[in-house]
Amino acid sequence: MTVAIIQFGGSNCDQDVLHVLQDVVGLDARLVWYKEDNLSGFEGVVIPGGFSYGDYLRAGAIAARTPIMESVKELAAEGKPVLGICNGFQVLTESGLLAGALTTNMYPKFRCQPTCLRVESTGTPFTSRFKKGEVVRIPIAHKEGNFYATEDTLAQLEHHDLVVFRYADSEGHVTDEVNPNGSQENIAGIVSTSRNVLGMMPHPERASEDILGSKDGLKIFESMADHITGSA
Amino acid sequence: MRYEADVTIELKSGMLDPEGTTIKRALEHLGYSPESVKTSKKYTITLESENIHDARENVEQMCEKLIANPIIHNYTITLREL
Repeated sequence: MTVAIIQFGGSNCDQDVLHVLQDVVGLDARLVWYKEDNLSGFEGVVIPGGFSYGDYLRAGAIAARTPIMESVKELAAEGKPVLGICNGFQVLTESGLLAGALTTNMYPKFRCQPTCLRVESTGTPFTSRFKKGEVVRIPIAHKEGNFYATEDTLAQLEHHDLVVFRYADSEGHVTDEVNPNGSQENIAGIVSTSRNVLGMMPHPERASEDILGSKDGLKIFESMADHITGSA
Repeated sequence: MRYEADVTIELKSGMLDPEGTTIKRALEHLGYSPESVKTSKKYTITLESENIHDARENVEQMCEKLIANPIIHNYTITLREL
């Protein structure tokens, strides 16, 4: 029942995710260096935030093409949960595991701030502990988080209930004013059509303990743990 | 033969170009009136190939597999023999 946390050169939220999974959730987790290309035996994967390969070329582009990502794809194909946070989300779109692309924020600067998210879908291994429509507070920290997809792709995301989080106000209203990066339709997180791969720009590991000001992110890791241990 | 390829990566038309927009605003602040400013990236790749046709095919594959993201980018390749 071990979760792999993939470390690329430039990942920097790996230790935070490890701390939350091991010390807060109580799930076995191990850091896995990207050169280890075998993930057999792991029950889930987290691709943490950071700046893999210095964001050279495009954020996540080079990490997405490393051999370990082939193992992540195999694990995803087996239906095991794969969570990509921030740079991890960028890696997942670049690898083709998730739809769309993450482009430069509409106001092109690095934004690090708390955001409110409306939970759009609870039918995923990551959101089973939420209520649909619930508003949660989880911070963002990125410059390339502007979600873009073609109209066809957006329609597919909508049709199959694949949008998991949208930027909203504290009442749950989805408006342009609270969209921190220009993402289409305020999209902050999506899942794959198989629903077991989630990418999200906000950092749930930074909202998983009271001392951090919000514990809302913890439910994502707890939902994942429920799924892995079969208790949900 | 040795070839040098200039690969230019641009955002597809209709896509937001926040960097270009910011540069345009700064130019306007300086008193210029550009109609538009678009950003692009250029990569210069040197490679060995049998002929220019193979070289182009090779560089096209590089663009498809890594250098461009087909969801958001167009690319152009200019090749010359060294």
